[in-house]
Amino acid sequence: MRNRLKVLRAERNWTQAKLAEELQVSRQTINAIEKGKFDPSLPLAFKTARLFGMAIEEIFQFDEEA
Amino acid sequence: MTSNASWAAQNKANTHRLRNWTFAWVLTTALLAFGPRFLWDYQAMFTVAALLLNVGVGGGMILANRAHLQGLDELQQRIFLEAAAITLGVGLVFACAYDLLDSVQLIAFEPEIAHVVIVMCLTFLGAMIAGHRKYQ
Repeated sequence: MRNRLKVLRAERNWTQAKLAEELQVSRQTINAIEKGKFDPSLPLAFKTARLFGMAIEEIFQFDEEA
Repeated sequence: MTSNASWAAQNKANTHRLRNWTFAWVLTTALLAFGPRFLWDYQAMFTVAALLLNVGVGGGMILANRAHLQGLDELQQRIFLEAAAITLGVGLVFACAYDLLDSVQLIAFEPEIAHVVIVMCLTFLGAMIAGHRKYQ
């Protein structure tokens, strides 16, 4: 799964630690999601979408090649 | 403290609680192991009390470990559960094989449960490190 988390975070000038705090997860989890090493659960994806005020599919896209 | 910071604080508190329960369990295990010989000359009543204390504190440690696991975020839970699964498998395979070594006379000494515990601890530690590196 691809995602725009890093771009969205950079647009707001947030650090990984700040985003991790907002989503109540560890910084390692944010880093792993940004690098595509870990796909978040549906509740965490919803939480992320709500935080950025966007739809889930605007942040996370299913990558058929992955 | 904001609600955003509360997750990290709760996580830290869970870790400290688990550390304290584990330390207490180690102490009660030492009491049960050495108390009868060095402290109360094998009086059964004291030994049973030490056993009950050890099992009770062990139960507390298990609950603290469960609370710690439930307090982790989803990636941390995955790393922990993968490490636990590997440890369970290695522990089972090693314990069965190790136990057989004595009966098939490949080793001259009696297998000890402590060796299995050491192997399981090292396996868990290694699997946790590997898990964290995998998702770095």
